[in-house]
Amino acid sequence: MFTVDIRIQQPYAASTAFDLQASFALAPGQCLGIMGASGSGKTTLLHSIAGLLMPSSGVIRSGDHVWFDHKQTIQLPPWQRRVGLVFQDGRLFPHMSVEQNLRYGMPAGLARIVLPEVVDVLAIQPLLKRKPSQLSGGEKQRVAIGRALLRQPSVLLMDEPLSGLDDGLKQQVLPYIKQVIATFGLPTLYVSHVGDEVAEVADEVLTLAQGVLRQVVD
Amino acid sequence: MWSLSPVEIDIVLLSLKVAACCVLVLLLPAIAMAWLLARKQFWGHAVVDALVHLPMVLPPVVLGYMLLVLLGRRGWIGSWLYEQFHIQLTFHWWGAVIASAVMAFPLMVRAIRQALMQVNPLLEQAAQTLGATPVKTFFSITLPLSYHGVLTGGILAFSRSLGEFGATITFAGNLEGETRTLPLAIYSLTQSPEGDAAALRLVMLSVLVSVFALLASQWLERRLLRSQR
Repeated sequence: MFTVDIRIQQPYAASTAFDLQASFALAPGQCLGIMGASGSGKTTLLHSIAGLLMPSSGVIRSGDHVWFDHKQTIQLPPWQRRVGLVFQDGRLFPHMSVEQNLRYGMPAGLARIVLPEVVDVLAIQPLLKRKPSQLSGGEKQRVAIGRALLRQPSVLLMDEPLSGLDDGLKQQVLPYIKQVIATFGLPTLYVSHVGDEVAEVADEVLTLAQGVLRQVVD
Repeated sequence: MWSLSPVEIDIVLLSLKVAACCVLVLLLPAIAMAWLLARKQFWGHAVVDALVHLPMVLPPVVLGYMLLVLLGRRGWIGSWLYEQFHIQLTFHWWGAVIASAVMAFPLMVRAIRQALMQVNPLLEQAAQTLGATPVKTFFSITLPLSYHGVLTGGILAFSRSLGEFGATITFAGNLEGETRTLPLAIYSLTQSPEGDAAALRLVMLSVLVSVFALLASQWLERRLLRSQR
């Protein structure tokens, strides 16, 4: 079980007040959709889980592993958290081939999620030798999802992975995302401001409003 | 007319050796300093920044003299180096390397710093979520993406070293076969009544070496660019 119970206040040196409270639990294979308007703190929440930002208080736990515990002053850095974060813009490394990008986060030793399976599920075999600059937006996001999966994450975080794509490309990539969630059985957080998109992917949808993450659809 | 004398060959080889060593000596400290100035905010940042750029505004002879005070045989550090390790930098080609390295340092730092500032920090963030420590992130993402700055800095440092005169002659001296690089040899020839023709040959040789170095660096840059696309 992946559990989050945190409060985030003023994570950036911004002048505007920011206060976000989030509390939820994710079972293996469960996809939780998080909706919210722009600026509501969706990305901040994912970055806090990934260790890129520090919450003000609370606990983040992945099974028996504590990633963050304010009271016990535990704060694992991002590279020690098994997290697969898919960014809005893919963020593929431009100087590496697709295959090098995919292999970048792969830990040494035996892996549960292996390269051939990921390549197969995401249908990216023909792209392996290409550079990110030679890919379309949809292809880039498929590679970014594959790269996050090969990190062998204990939670998959998707931060508006389709927001940079036009409607046609969205419809092409969405089935791959559903296939990934179904195949690899990872607890997944899917963040978007588009209701239809979240509803299509997630088992359960929460809405982030006025700094509080609360359940609206079961 | 077009063949080089053994002395001229020695002068060119010494100049190239000093310039190449200058680039090698500067590489690590310049990358480290550029990263520090580009990515870290700390108390005294502006002072460190100003000190790094000082050789660009100070007369080279002043710097040469400062080096002499610090690293000369009777200098604060130089006397210790000599007593402990029998290392003497004055009148030695390593002295010429250090003099030109001090002059070229700000040029190299500036070029690398500019390139580091152009690397998207969000890519470094992505690398860290993929398990990369800050050190791995630097060597696998930041540095490869700022290679053009390192290359430009290297070319600038090499060229600066090839043309270095004031600091070298003040600190390392003008010793034939040891510290007499191309500019110092040209200067020495212009001081002798019948040295004009020989000085002109060395001037032409300097131009040739510089043009060749620039062409080689452009070729290298094109190759690197092609491999990254």
